Amino acid sequence: METAQNLTDTARTIPAARMAQEPEAMNQKIPYPEQTIGKPLCDDPKMSMRNVNVFYGDSQAIYDVSLDIGKNQVIALIGPSGCGKSTFLRCMNRMNDTIDICKVKGSFMLEQDNIYDPKLDVVELRARVGMVFQKPNPFPKSIYENVAYGPRLHGLANKKFELDEIVENSLRKAGLWDEVKDRLDQPGTGLSGGQQQRLCIARSIAVSPEVVLMDEPCSALDPIATAKIEELIDELSSQYTIAIVTHSMQQAARVSHRTAYFHLGRLIEVNDTNTVFTAPEHALTEAYITGRFG
Amino acid sequence: MSNTTEQVRKSLKARYRSEKRFRAFGISAVAFGLLAVVVLFTDIISKGTSAFVETYIQLDIHWDPAELGIDDPTDPEQVNYADYDALIKAALRERFPDVEDRLERRALYQLASSGAGFRLRDQLQENPDLLGTIQTRWILADDDVDMFIKADAEDRQNTRLPEVARPWVEALERDGHTDIQWNASFFSKGDSREPEQAGVWAAVTGSFFTMLVTLALAFPIGVAAAVYLEEFAPKNRYTDFIEVNINNLAAVPSIIFGLLGLAIFINLFGLPRSVPLVGGLVLTLMTLPTIIISARAAIKSVPPSIREAALGMGASRMQMVMHHVLPLAMPGMLTGAIIGMAQALGETAPLLMIGMVAFIVDIPGGPLDASTVLPVQIYLWADSPEASFVALTSAAIMVLLAFLISMNTLAVLLRKRLERRW
Ligand SMILES: Nc1ncnc2c1ncn2[C@@H]1O[C@H](COP(=O)(O)OP(=O)(O)OP(=O)(O)O)[C@@H](O)[C@H]1O
Ligand SMILES: [Mg+2]
Repeated sequence: METAQNLTDTARTIPAARMAQEPEAMNQKIPYPEQTIGKPLCDDPKMSMRNVNVFYGDSQAIYDVSLDIGKNQVIALIGPSGCGKSTFLRCMNRMNDTIDICKVKGSFMLEQDNIYDPKLDVVELRARVGMVFQKPNPFPKSIYENVAYGPRLHGLANKKFELDEIVENSLRKAGLWDEVKDRLDQPGTGLSGGQQQRLCIARSIAVSPEVVLMDEPCSALDPIATAKIEELIDELSSQYTIAIVTHSMQQAARVSHRTAYFHLGRLIEVNDTNTVFTAPEHALTEAYITGRFG
Repeated sequence: MSNTTEQVRKSLKARYRSEKRFRAFGISAVAFGLLAVVVLFTDIISKGTSAFVETYIQLDIHWDPAELGIDDPTDPEQVNYADYDALIKAALRERFPDVEDRLERRALYQLASSGAGFRLRDQLQENPDLLGTIQTRWILADDDVDMFIKADAEDRQNTRLPEVARPWVEALERDGHTDIQWNASFFSKGDSREPEQAGVWAAVTGSFFTMLVTLALAFPIGVAAAVYLEEFAPKNRYTDFIEVNINNLAAVPSIIFGLLGLAIFINLFGLPRSVPLVGGLVLTLMTLPTIIISARAAIKSVPPSIREAALGMGASRMQMVMHHVLPLAMPGMLTGAIIGMAQALGETAPLLMIGMVAFIVDIPGGPLDASTVLPVQIYLWADSPEASFVALTSAAIMVLLAFLISMNTLAVLLRKRLERRW
């Protein structure tokens, strides 16, 4: 019995261990709510998703999710691994189009435009809804070329000085300018992990998107780099609408205005970040944020 | 605890032993390969280097108008058709006045190469004032004389130079009237029945044009096919079928491609025989699978995160491929192209089928002139009875290797330039 006691002790400090211990038990004990709890909708949404179902082949990854994202709002998507946060995020700029077996049902509106309208051009959509990935993925080109890629692609700058201006502004906004201004012609891949991620953020804001989607942007970074990016997100939120997926509850609490909790493809609870972390309504949410499972 | 350590220690010993064994295997395999290369190279070089030089004999040429049968050295018609061999024969008679027997005379005349007269003609064309004068000239020797001079003292008995001629050649040698000079014609002439006049240049240009056609067709087609199959084609039964067939094509014996080329390009489309264009087309068919397979591997190895980044920035698929995937995959594609082209350069069988085995004297001026290629030339010379062709064969192999090495060096340099860090 001593070993069992030990295990439970460990589980208290390491939630992941607990999850391995009792994965299904949790789900069976606590039923899903009939409807998403809290306030999934808002008055003046930048993006609004309704009755979203996503399938990978025969298996369903998202079940009937409806969610609004307000203007200049930072919304954090949290939830255990495999619950469909990335899937949902990638649907918002149609990155899932590239996966053949992925089928998306429901409506996605970016202000007045239907994102999945066949007449809407994905190129335009992705200029309006940018994305930052989990792993920093700068192009194997110079720092300058990395940032200039989007503006060039969409013809945002006709003259060299205009492009220079966009590059400088984007790097400044991403808090990277002072670190790289002397070596713009060096490869972006030669930067540190945190710098690379900020470069990727600079790259995506160079085309002045309306929404920036971030999929665990700090998971590969050390605390200092993470702090820088969190600061950056805070600053960017005055101009952009941001949806961020994160595994760190502290990060969600620090940077976001609203928090959405996903569980096995269902949107359980959405509320002001404060409310979610101080007074979660649903038992699953509470279990997750108190670290009772991963 | 100590039990585990002991166990680990024991297994460690076995592990080190097996590692050592494996290293020994590896080293001996590499050593064997190196040895094979060294043996091959020493054999080829020792046999072939003598073909890069050839023997000349010194004679006093009397530009006698009567012998030549001309009266006006400025008339190009006359100069062209004059009998220059007669001058050489006269000079040889002059040099060895004792030779009177008709048969012996014939042997004497054969000391000089049958092509030596052409050089005298060129000299007279350049300088008509020579007519009537007596000049000392170095005359290209026959290949039998060449072999005799180049051979060691003991080996001279075994050369093909007739008994009667040996004292004459020895006399010339004693007087310092023989000389071994750089064989420039080997690098500037086409094939010839006479080994001392045979050159490799027609085959080199033939190979060059054939490779040019092959590269110009196989690389773009192969890369385009690979890009389509990797990036755009839906994954279904048809593309699977295509994929299997491409892999099968890579294993088809090359002579089959030759037969195919004969049936399609020559018989159906009526393209001329023996030309680099058709050779290039056939070799394109042969190298395409290699290039497609390696290009696909190169495209596959481009990290998916780069594609996502490009698509996430709003690039279309085409732009993603053009801006990111192709540049990153290019070094790998070039590697495949090098292998394919090296294969094509050494290929003989399919070219025999489309008639590139012809006896080519003239240097081809383009991909539509009849020509042969280096490996076929090697095959032809290796098949010739004259002993001198043995050296020529090895020399041609060296030229082929040099061609191959320079082609590969070029590609490797190109690849180095294109390679990027990530
Ligand atoms: N390309 C794919 N093909 C098939 N199934 C997929 C694919 N991508 C995701 N899935 C499945 O969809 C479900 C949701 O995955 P998703 O990546 O959205 O989870 P997540 O919440 O982002 O997890 P994590 O926090 O670990 O990143 C999972 O069950 C996953 O196995
Ligand atoms: Mg994810």
